[in-house]
Amino acid sequence: MKVLVPVKRVVDYNVKVRVKSDGTGVELANVKMSMNPFDEIAVEEALRLKEAGKATEVVVVSIGPAQASETIRTGLAMGADRGILVKAEGNVEPLAVAKILKAVVEAEQPGLVILGKQAIDDDSNQTGQMLAALLGWSQATFASKLEVEGSDFKVTREVDGGLQTIKLKGPAIVTTDLRLNEPRYASLPNIMKAKKKPIDDKSVADYGVDVTPRLEVLKTAEPAGRKAGVKVKDVAELVNKLKTEAGVL
Amino acid sequence: MTTLLIAEHDHETLKDATNKALTAASQLGGAVHVLVAGGGQGTKAAAEAASKLAGVTKVLVAEGPAYEHDLAEPLAALIVALAGGYDAFVAPATSRFKNVMPRVAALLDVMQVSEIIKVVAPDTFERPIYAGNAIQTVKSKDAKKVITVRTSTFAAAGEGGSAAIENAASAADPGLSTFVGEEVAKSDRPELTSAKIIVSGGRAMQSRENFAKYIEPLADKLGAGVGASRAAVDAGYAPNDWQVGQTGKVVAPELYVAVGISGAIQHLAGMKDSKVIVAINKDEDAPIFQVADYGLVADLYQAVPELTDALGKLGK
Repeated sequence: MKVLVPVKRVVDYNVKVRVKSDGTGVELANVKMSMNPFDEIAVEEALRLKEAGKATEVVVVSIGPAQASETIRTGLAMGADRGILVKAEGNVEPLAVAKILKAVVEAEQPGLVILGKQAIDDDSNQTGQMLAALLGWSQATFASKLEVEGSDFKVTREVDGGLQTIKLKGPAIVTTDLRLNEPRYASLPNIMKAKKKPIDDKSVADYGVDVTPRLEVLKTAEPAGRKAGVKVKDVAELVNKLKTEAGVL
Repeated sequence: MTTLLIAEHDHETLKDATNKALTAASQLGGAVHVLVAGGGQGTKAAAEAASKLAGVTKVLVAEGPAYEHDLAEPLAALIVALAGGYDAFVAPATSRFKNVMPRVAALLDVMQVSEIIKVVAPDTFERPIYAGNAIQTVKSKDAKKVITVRTSTFAAAGEGGSAAIENAASAADPGLSTFVGEEVAKSDRPELTSAKIIVSGGRAMQSRENFAKYIEPLADKLGAGVGASRAAVDAGYAPNDWQVGQTGKVVAPELYVAVGISGAIQHLAGMKDSKVIVAINKDEDAPIFQVADYGLVADLYQAVPELTDALGKLGK
């Protein structure tokens, strides 16, 4: 079984983003970029399936600017076999990403696609579900455990009330939650080896997908700030303030 | 224009998230119908509750085993089967609808607007990006709108309606997934997303036992829900459904008590809209103090039992 893992290049999760003063977006110049953390978990899970003999090949795919090849290299350095870069400029929305991925899936014929549950830049949490819809495949979002059962899958999902386990008819779409695994770091020898692994260069035009955004971004603004309050000296003062000043007790 | 609101319920009672999403749905300006899809007898009770909500003009009920366990494929198929009569589809951004609505959107060839925090106009919405560090205003150019609502930012709609209840046209179950089992914590405490008070613990709690010994008695004294930071959940000190933050639950209670939580931006994203924030942390430079209304620099292992006692003396 081949496993396809889409990965996204995003602002590193340690960076506190700044909104541009003209309200046209967030400052991305000279900001550290990394693989979306949920996608790292997806790559790791695919590699574990391969190491357990359940998967034969792990292919990482990214849709974005030329620099997204660095994100693909990260996946290759972790252990993925090869990459596909679909070059696209500007903002490509989850729906358009899902349409491109559908075309990639049709060409690659994987038995499983593992995606991050959300990208930490736009926080949309849509692409996996949309891809499942377009392919007519089963889906398990927010996975904390994944087991292969022949060509089917058993997935435990993190839901509001706790955990839910479902069985998926393969081929299937799985999106990762935080507790699925802890991704490995790429070792130096593997980083060197990854430089020789193939990355297939494609463009959006190769797939004939219209990526015109459906959502027009009118404005990007700072959130309403919250000011630091006061420090209280002890529990008695805290209780007193909560009771008399804040009125929440 | 007519909006279909998809109801959140537990197959027995209607959830408060529905009332909050209804407020957003009503702001779109059209008539609002509610779809209650579930399994078992409780679905009817939830539908009756929905019919009494102010502003609802019709309730559609779909009851059947395919909807019993919130599987994405049959519920998405049902909503799409009803789509012809509606211009907008609104649901609260609970785990059930985060799962289902993008599937609906793609089937309708619509770009979903996720987790809106404000309705600016029927086609224009505000939504947080980058863990709430920026707020984007987006205008949807799609003919139909698919929207999920961040419930913590909308007031709950009250009762006052008497809508007719009808059976929804059925849709075939694609049969792609099946329910195996679930582990749902049974608790008498209020649910995080509707609790008026929340007490959360962080990595400094050091163990699950300490959560039970320090956090839970304080929460119970306050009648509060219990939350946790990602660090505490990852370390196994607290179950995943307690996680508050960018990728966990987003809450906005009257009072949020953060105990031993440093305040990473990902955690702040989930609680900074709380009305009053209290932080107890022994590190006076912890970022949590930058958003706290009341900060207590203290060892939580002394301060928390003291606070629990003091509340006891207040008759709490």
